[in-house]
Amino acid sequence: MMKKQAVQTDGSMKKTFNGNNMLLAITIILFVVMYTIGCIVYRDKGFPHLQTFLNLFITNAGLICVACGMTCVMLTGGIDISVGSLIAMDCMLLAWGMGIKGIPCIPMVLLILLIGIVFGSVQGYLIGYLEIQPFIVTMAGLFFGRGMTAVICTDQISITQDMNKMFYSWANAKITLPAFLGYTNKKGRVIAPFIRPTVLIALAVVVVIFLVLKYTKFGRALYAVGGNPTSAAMMGLNVKKIKMRAYMLSSFLCSIGAICYCLNTMSGSVQQARGFEMDAIASSVIGGTLLTGGVGNVIGSLFGCLINGTITQLVTTNGKLLSSWANIATAALLMAFIILQSIFAMIKNRNR
Amino acid sequence: MKAKWKALTKQQLFLPIFSLIVVLLINLIKDPGFFQIGLQNGVLYGRLIDILNRGSEIAILAVGQTLVVAVSAGTDISVGSVMSLTACGTCMMLAGYGNNSVNELAVPMGVGILFGLVLALLCGCMNGALVAKLKIQPMVATLILYTGARAIGLVLCNNQITYIRYEPYKYFGNFIPGCPIPTPIFIAAAVIALMTLFLKKTALGLYIQSVGINSKASRISGINADMICFWCYAICGLCAGIAGIIASSRIYSADSNNIGLNYEMDAILAVALGGNNLGGGKFNLSGSIVGAYTIQAITTTLLAMGVSTDQAPVVKAIIVIAIVVVQAPAFKQMLAERAAKKNAVRKEAA
Repeated sequence: MMKKQAVQTDGSMKKTFNGNNMLLAITIILFVVMYTIGCIVYRDKGFPHLQTFLNLFITNAGLICVACGMTCVMLTGGIDISVGSLIAMDCMLLAWGMGIKGIPCIPMVLLILLIGIVFGSVQGYLIGYLEIQPFIVTMAGLFFGRGMTAVICTDQISITQDMNKMFYSWANAKITLPAFLGYTNKKGRVIAPFIRPTVLIALAVVVVIFLVLKYTKFGRALYAVGGNPTSAAMMGLNVKKIKMRAYMLSSFLCSIGAICYCLNTMSGSVQQARGFEMDAIASSVIGGTLLTGGVGNVIGSLFGCLINGTITQLVTTNGKLLSSWANIATAALLMAFIILQSIFAMIKNRNR
Repeated sequence: MKAKWKALTKQQLFLPIFSLIVVLLINLIKDPGFFQIGLQNGVLYGRLIDILNRGSEIAILAVGQTLVVAVSAGTDISVGSVMSLTACGTCMMLAGYGNNSVNELAVPMGVGILFGLVLALLCGCMNGALVAKLKIQPMVATLILYTGARAIGLVLCNNQITYIRYEPYKYFGNFIPGCPIPTPIFIAAAVIALMTLFLKKTALGLYIQSVGINSKASRISGINADMICFWCYAICGLCAGIAGIIASSRIYSADSNNIGLNYEMDAILAVALGGNNLGGGKFNLSGSIVGAYTIQAITTTLLAMGVSTDQAPVVKAIIVIAIVVVQAPAFKQMLAERAAKKNAVRKEAA
């Protein structure tokens, strides 16, 4: 309940610069600094163009959706590490259904969303009602999803234009921004920056989840459950139900993310999105969501995703570095932020 | 009779041994020649030997994992990646950085293996420090190395598979000339024996259980709880390292992307199947070890049935969930309530 009071006092004059705000501030500053350094170091490789910045959103649209769901789960003090496998399973199902079975894309997309809800409700039931550790359940989900991907098909399937015209047109749709934002290329032609529909989906998810967390009963209940489950239960909240719904929401958003991801890659394979859960968790943690629950918001997670994307972008723009350096950098950053969090928590406990 | 059966099922070792027998029976029905052990080219050959041999890594991992589960009520999910990192580190040292296939070693074999084990120990220490000192949930702390360690391994091997075509290096994962029993069985037996001796002769086992049951109370009673927790993770890392060297020696190379893949699942499954509570506290090492070989028997059976290695995790995931659901106190309570309701209805009817 301490946290709720803190949130309320934020509005008044007593606004203190506490550790949680500081984490968010560090995140935003870190992103700006990293991107600026990228612009300076790789200025002749097209890094400063607006398009590069927009590409960050295009390539990470799936990650943004997943990170929003992850944030909701982490607010309740849990975690969901099944997301990467669920994405692989969804992508494979999309590719297999449309590519090999020739099913039209709208039923497939609806099926994927349904699978997300079912997957999430099973995990949520086990965690919420049977009180099994979230990690064990979602780890079983991780292996189940990865295994099911191989059960559906062990080959890599690509979705081509012949297989499904509609899905292909979704993937290649460009939404062009006004030309004055663009740049002139070497031949003197103005190239206007563009975004893909997936970016709009991702941003819509961020806005919706932000509003849900801030203004709805369910959103506030997530914070209450994460802050202190016992007092949440005493206030009359159905903790079990809320936990279950959080996992359902996470898996549902993960399925939306999987569709975005599939629109980017246009293929399904067993190895796809391996380690994606790490990116999603890192994004949330870097964005200031506490692992212990009760604190965090999706705006932070959005910046977490952007930092994550910038690291990958920096590594690929360099060209000489191995791609695994991006993984190492993300892991190191995650560790740094976890340590920061625990230091802030220690300071807080000492002051009490 | 009923009471006896109840007493038998209450035994902690009942579940793992029972499931092992079931798996072996299924195999026997499918293939009557399952238990045959032959001698081919001077080495033992047969399905049972294969299970014992292939199960060595899981058994070694299960030893470390049992301690971690007991002490911190969490699991170390980085073991598979640490295996991969150890393999890469060892092969990198033996081959020299950047070489992807060598017939002659760059440094003595002992130095390379020591380097790999030190890397694994460091990984364990890092996990331990994060969990014990900074009080981070075990699975989040080990998640860092779950993705990080494999990536570091790739960097160490310069993104390629490093082959060590040097006879003695193959001994750890295969056969020592003149000995009919595969070497991994000896290594696993040695690790298990050492650990059992250590737990029996010192008070460490008792300390671990007391920290796992109530870390605050044990600190007040004079146990350095953080230190115990730290060393459990360090031991777990070292065990992962030993398993990594065996796995690397089997294929005399360091394949960073595939060594130790999905082993974390097997190790946790072994602990759960061994009747140990994943919520920490009391533990039984022998249970985990029987569990480990049961898992290997299941894997071998699945592979023999034509299920690919990529598909096998589905079955294991379902088994894990089934075990934890049965173990869950909330589930037991639900069953008890249902039984009580039934009794009440029956009484009313009578």
